[in-house]
Amino acid sequence: MATETSHHVAMTLHDHLPMLQVLIPFIASPLIVLMGARGGLSWLIAFVASLASFIVSIVLLMEVIDGGFISYAIGGWAPPLGIEYRVDAANAFMLFLISGISTIVLPFAYESVKAEISAKHHTLFYSCYLLCFTGLLGVVITGDAFNVFVFLEISSLSTYALIATGAERDKRALTAAYDYLVMGTIGATFFVIGIGFLYMATGTLNMADLAERIADQENNRTIKAAFAFILVGMGLKVAIYPLHLWLPNSYTYAPSAITAFLAATATKAAIYVILRFTFSVFQPSFQFEVYALEFIILPLAVLAMFAASFIAVFQSDLKRMLAYSSIAQIGYMLLGIALLNSTGLTGSIVHLFNHGITKAVLFMGVGALVLRSGSSFYSRIRGMGRVMPITGAAMVVGGLSLIGVPGTAGFISKWELVQATLERGWWPLAFLIAASSLLAVIYVWRFVEVLYLHEPAYGADHREAPLTMLVPIWIMALACIYFGFATEITLGAARTAADGLLAGTTGMLESVTSTEAGH
Amino acid sequence: MDVNTAIIVSMVIPSIATVTNLIFKNNPNLRDMLTLYAAGATFLTVLTILWEVGNSTTEVFALFEIIPGIDIAFNVEPLGLLFAIVASGLWIVTHIYGMGYMRGNNEKHHARFFSSFSFAIASVMGLAFSANMFTLFGFYELLTLSTYPLVAHKGTKEAIAGARTYLAILLGTSIALQLVAVIWTFTIAGTLNFELGGILEGKIAGPMVAVLLALYAFGIGKAALMPFHRWLPAAMVAPTPVSALLHAVAVVKAGVFTMLKVGIYIFGIDFLAETGASEWLMWLAAFSIICASVIAMTKDNLKARLAYSTISQLSYITLGMALATSMGVLGGGLHIAMHALGKITLFMCAGSIYVATHKTNISQMTGLGRVMPITFGAFLIGALSIIGLPPLGGSWSKWLLIMGSADTGQWIMILVLMASSLLNVAYLLPIVGKGFFVSDPENVGPVKEAPALCWAPPALTALGCVIIFFFAGDIVVFLTPLVTP
Repeated sequence: MATETSHHVAMTLHDHLPMLQVLIPFIASPLIVLMGARGGLSWLIAFVASLASFIVSIVLLMEVIDGGFISYAIGGWAPPLGIEYRVDAANAFMLFLISGISTIVLPFAYESVKAEISAKHHTLFYSCYLLCFTGLLGVVITGDAFNVFVFLEISSLSTYALIATGAERDKRALTAAYDYLVMGTIGATFFVIGIGFLYMATGTLNMADLAERIADQENNRTIKAAFAFILVGMGLKVAIYPLHLWLPNSYTYAPSAITAFLAATATKAAIYVILRFTFSVFQPSFQFEVYALEFIILPLAVLAMFAASFIAVFQSDLKRMLAYSSIAQIGYMLLGIALLNSTGLTGSIVHLFNHGITKAVLFMGVGALVLRSGSSFYSRIRGMGRVMPITGAAMVVGGLSLIGVPGTAGFISKWELVQATLERGWWPLAFLIAASSLLAVIYVWRFVEVLYLHEPAYGADHREAPLTMLVPIWIMALACIYFGFATEITLGAARTAADGLLAGTTGMLESVTSTEAGH
Repeated sequence: MDVNTAIIVSMVIPSIATVTNLIFKNNPNLRDMLTLYAAGATFLTVLTILWEVGNSTTEVFALFEIIPGIDIAFNVEPLGLLFAIVASGLWIVTHIYGMGYMRGNNEKHHARFFSSFSFAIASVMGLAFSANMFTLFGFYELLTLSTYPLVAHKGTKEAIAGARTYLAILLGTSIALQLVAVIWTFTIAGTLNFELGGILEGKIAGPMVAVLLALYAFGIGKAALMPFHRWLPAAMVAPTPVSALLHAVAVVKAGVFTMLKVGIYIFGIDFLAETGASEWLMWLAAFSIICASVIAMTKDNLKARLAYSTISQLSYITLGMALATSMGVLGGGLHIAMHALGKITLFMCAGSIYVATHKTNISQMTGLGRVMPITFGAFLIGALSIIGLPPLGGSWSKWLLIMGSADTGQWIMILVLMASSLLNVAYLLPIVGKGFFVSDPENVGPVKEAPALCWAPPALTALGCVIIFFFAGDIVVFLTPLVTP
């Protein structure tokens, strides 16, 4: 402990990065309210906080991308007693995604929020947004099981409020938010019950410590029940197929900027939690876990890929269509996890990222269309690709990435997933992945036809979206293309993360020993 | 110019034309001239490559790595070079024809049309010079997407429906079957590089070889192997220059080219012959040849008839690969060039007839040959080349395919090829016959020969069919490295 103290004395700003990652938006959020900032200023504070957080995440990612990890003890209380933040490739990559998306969505939000939400609510809106952002970052960065729950609630509660702000445009946002509140709370409750069981069985809440203590308790019924509760609880937040009912309405009626942000980050953070618990806390060698993944998650994933895509094909509202497509794409990610091999996990993690940026383009594009045409119904946005060629082109890029056409980010993740199924020898799954991509072709092409092959609807504003929207949309669209060619960052990080996760408890234990050695 | 630079340049020039077409949207003459220069420059670039490399295979050069072990990489080898020469050479002719057709026919959105057209050519160049299956697959998909706006060009209900079928089948088969095949290949072989003799020998055995080949054969929807041929007739709603260059040359040849590449460089001809994995494909190709010809006879719409004829002719090339002998492969490779010249002639003639008379159905074309002698003359030559009569190019490739069938003792295939020739006679010659020998002044009315920009290009390619007859030997020699390990 003596060395620990002396170490703390010499700490620099750099050592506090894991804390700053969460702290910056967390402090900026009340700051907006306390300053009573008007619309423009509150936006600026939110943006600066988000940008700072993004820079921190880049530094963190660079440090752990080759393996290894950073352990940060909050308040100097050493883990496992104190709360530990633990950054490794898996969550650094997620932090990078979440803060990156936020930093790019915010400039887009400026115009979109002005159009969709009345000015008097802007201050609270941005404050809430930062809380949600903080919550998602916290869920991902923390190495403490109960802390996950706390941050999960921070992000969830603020999300309910954010979705409800869509009520100015459509009153159904209120019921959507309420639905989500009920289901989200059930999910969170299940999750915390699971954590409770774990605590009962082990007496600890630190993930690494938990992993060590349950390593030989495979047959402990409490542990099994804990796993079940955590999986179902998080499954609700992830929107695993039959637990997805809250998602379509929430995404459809939330303000466009919020949909773009949530679609690209929120479910992804929840999947990360499942990954972390499945592989780092529980062991992939536990028989009950293998059964759960192969006989429950895998079929549900395939079901999601088909059922949700199929529903998406028949939607007449672009936002709702994309929401169902998200549920289908979540199926791909779960499939990769359920394959339980390195390539599958890599595919899953890289798809988290690639799908995140893809959906960000598409939902921001919808936001721009809504700004000009007033609605996201196909009948209202038809022909808008002709009057808004720049937005339209970006949406086509996003659509291609959603299908997984070569040269786009979506292709890379699909490639990894198919390869993983073939490595496992489960080749029928390879065809199922391919076949469900065909459904994606259908629903993507439906909106492409709507955008281009019709005369523009009467009464729509025939102008291109403002520059503050076009730039973020195109940054994301170019990212979709860029990450389809340059895969060092995405695949590299995903592979390191996957290998770290697959090392399971041993990986965590090694980390623990190396922490002690490091200090 | 360095060969690797030339490869890149051959893709960059058409890409530039894509952009200039959009920039000079409102200046048709400048726009079309620039595209014509681009077509000429692309052809010259490909000829430079021919000059430098001849029929040797160059070192692979990787542009960048996508996934560890997989690069975007290019090189030159005889088959790809032949394809690039054919496609870029005929682009010049088709562009001239396209200007005449689009203007003479008062089509709309010229800029968008020529822009997509140029981009499709850029994709073809990339496809022809791909050094591995991954790169090829990428350009294959790009070609589908870049030609979609061309098929949907008219924007009518019919065009949209046709374009939908086009996209659904091409994108569908390539994602659902070909992509799986490519990833499967990568998983077992650890590489996707094209290597003479194949990369799969010893990695896969038994019936799985045939299964993998089936994934490729059906996954390469552009080869229009039955039952995945419906997109080709559907694509005929596009303006005729598209049907001529893309759906008789570039796109469909990209399909059979990919088929040959897979046969020669992924499986290896010897490996296919040893395992007998391609035998079923040979029978299916034979079925496609006969069946599509029979359907062609029932079509009254000229372009639809030509489309089914193309389906039949493409299966010649697939058959050549499936025979798994040197002669078959050479015949298949040669047929890429021969059929291209013949079929583009026929399509351009069909377009000229449409521009001059707005007639699309064969039954309405009686007596037209007398007032449009050049168009119908060119049509006759093109038809004879497709049938395979000397002294026209098509005779040589058919000859080699028959030799290949004899080599492997597949006597039935010889019968199939003969029968197909007869069927070709039956569905192509009556068109010319009705045009020239039936006098029908009432039907003809005041019709005159189409504008020069419309009849000159097919006359040129018809001449090409004759000339290439005398140089077929050189092309075969050019292609021999493919079959001599």
